[in-house]
Amino acid sequence: MVTSRKSRDAGIAPRIWAVTMSAVPLDLLPSVHEEAEAGARHARVWYLLRRALARLAQGAFVVWAAGTLIFIAVQIAPGEVIDTLLGANSNDISLRQQITQEWGLDHPPTVQYLLYFARLLRGDLGTSYVEHRTVNSLLADQLSPTVELTLWGFGIAVVLAVILATFTSGRSRIGKGISQAFELTLVSVPPFWLGMLLLSIFSFRLGWFPVAGTAGVRAVILPALAIGLPIGCFLAQVLREGLDRALEQPFALTARARGASLIGVKWVHALRHASLPALTIGGLTFGNLLGGAVICEQVFGRPGLGQLAVHAINTTDIPVILAVGMLSAVVFVVITTVIDLVYLAVDPRLRSEAQWSEAGK
Amino acid sequence: MSAFAVDSIDDATEARVSVAPNLGLARRLVTGVTQAWTSINRAPLGLYLAGAYLVVVLVAVFVPQLISQVDPTHQDLLQVNRAPSAAHIAGTDYLGRDVFSRVIYGARYSLLIGLGATGISAIVGVILGVSAGIAAKWVDTALMRFVDILASFPSILLALVVIALIGPGLTNLIIALGVSHIPSYARVVRAQTLQVIRSGYVEQARTLGLTRLRLTVRHVLPNALGVVPVLATIGLGGAIIGAAALSFIGMGPQPPTPEWGAILSESRSYLRIAWWTGIFPGIALTLTVITSTVLGRAWQTAYERRGK
Repeated sequence: MVTSRKSRDAGIAPRIWAVTMSAVPLDLLPSVHEEAEAGARHARVWYLLRRALARLAQGAFVVWAAGTLIFIAVQIAPGEVIDTLLGANSNDISLRQQITQEWGLDHPPTVQYLLYFARLLRGDLGTSYVEHRTVNSLLADQLSPTVELTLWGFGIAVVLAVILATFTSGRSRIGKGISQAFELTLVSVPPFWLGMLLLSIFSFRLGWFPVAGTAGVRAVILPALAIGLPIGCFLAQVLREGLDRALEQPFALTARARGASLIGVKWVHALRHASLPALTIGGLTFGNLLGGAVICEQVFGRPGLGQLAVHAINTTDIPVILAVGMLSAVVFVVITTVIDLVYLAVDPRLRSEAQWSEAGK
Repeated sequence: MSAFAVDSIDDATEARVSVAPNLGLARRLVTGVTQAWTSINRAPLGLYLAGAYLVVVLVAVFVPQLISQVDPTHQDLLQVNRAPSAAHIAGTDYLGRDVFSRVIYGARYSLLIGLGATGISAIVGVILGVSAGIAAKWVDTALMRFVDILASFPSILLALVVIALIGPGLTNLIIALGVSHIPSYARVVRAQTLQVIRSGYVEQARTLGLTRLRLTVRHVLPNALGVVPVLATIGLGGAIIGAAALSFIGMGPQPPTPEWGAILSESRSYLRIAWWTGIFPGIALTLTVITSTVLGRAWQTAYERRGK
């Protein structure tokens, strides 16, 4: 990033120099130039900050809307709201009163909505009437294993995508064909079944990895592979398409003409161009990873949001389900927001207002 | 609307703007079949394999008796967890049921859920997308914000929330999965609708005084919705994976229904001693998804090349 900024500025500076040379007395030149540069940098930083803030506000809006959607879903679910929330223990009269009070069910829906949001804003996700605990305390233990697994899966997916794409882009048809068949197969494999395969081969037959649990890095590898491989192959397809397109561009040819190797051009120049569409899609696939993690927890007997959600559905513990839904939306929104901010860092074209519209965004 | 004048202008416009409706049905059919035949002849090996597998799946869905005569729910407690043999080519499960037969009869359920869910998402997505595309700016914004919010939930977790509210089971699983995949259809259809509306011939038709309804039905819809079946074919694979995943965790059809995800779920406890109960349903599932992807992508390529 730093090198590109320097080289770009070095490219612009002589031009400014040449233009100003004719009009301005010589001794004034450096300071004028520096001032203009500082002004431009200031504008750029300010613009970046504004974009970042706008993106954060957008994320906050989506989180609010997701919470509202969940509230509406509870309201329009078949049956009375109180019965939906009570779930299995609908005969408990004191519990009925407690819920009525907590959710404000004897008030009109607008008041209920305000109460609900007041609780969400305080970070209170409600009470599990089945476990007789606050949802927060239930979630506290379960969130981090799922996020850990998802991040590992994402890491595996990215590494696999970069390796597959750089080694197979611009290659012969046969190499590409084999790699495409491999990717198509892995993309189509249900992650939980891939997990079952990995489990029976590497844990049951070979005994290389523990069968269940969360102890240590070794326990996370198989489930992370199960959710990461399909996504990685999907990203590889996108990335390779981008690489092939980047390699056809004049700058790639120029770099090759300067004597850079094909691999070098791919790594140093083309990958950055190709990574833009892959980044967008990578952010979107994070939802799939999270969903995959939730299902794969069942295969590997890992604690996490998935175990919590499935248990909650089986015991009709609605507040817990709503919290899991809400939380996954929050995690998803945070990740996509972060990725959009990373976007700004990777693509210098998006850093100034005029060039933003030029870049077609 | 003074009938004659407008209608004749209308017909003249249509004749000029689109060529296809002018051809007779028979001629269109012949052209279609010829095009299909040439593309089949040029198709790569993968497309043949996908086509062949599609035939097998269709037979398994409609006449499973042709492939396996064994009752998929018949228990034989003397033949529990037997490895594949001549009598049971894919072995038996923990209740002595024939795994091969369960996989064949299960195709029906997995396909039904996948198709049902895809149908729901496509129909709702089309309604949302077209409305957003042709309606006023504020309606468009409101509808697309709603779609953004739906999309902010990971689809499997959105489906889980829906199932929690309406309960598990076959129908509810279809609804939940259908709801969770609406956003992608709505977005693509909206983009297509906007593209069609801004194109020259619709503008021309509009200047000729066509009503908004007629414009939408005769010109916008046929051109904007062509992409939907293609999307649905590609999306079917994802819906089938989602269906299997959700019924794997017990949210779909309940035992002893031989749905693929449910079979896999039952096999999980016996994976160590009876791997075959977990392998064959998974292979069937994966091949189905590959088939839908391959056919969908081939169709997409053909669709994008159309008219070029």
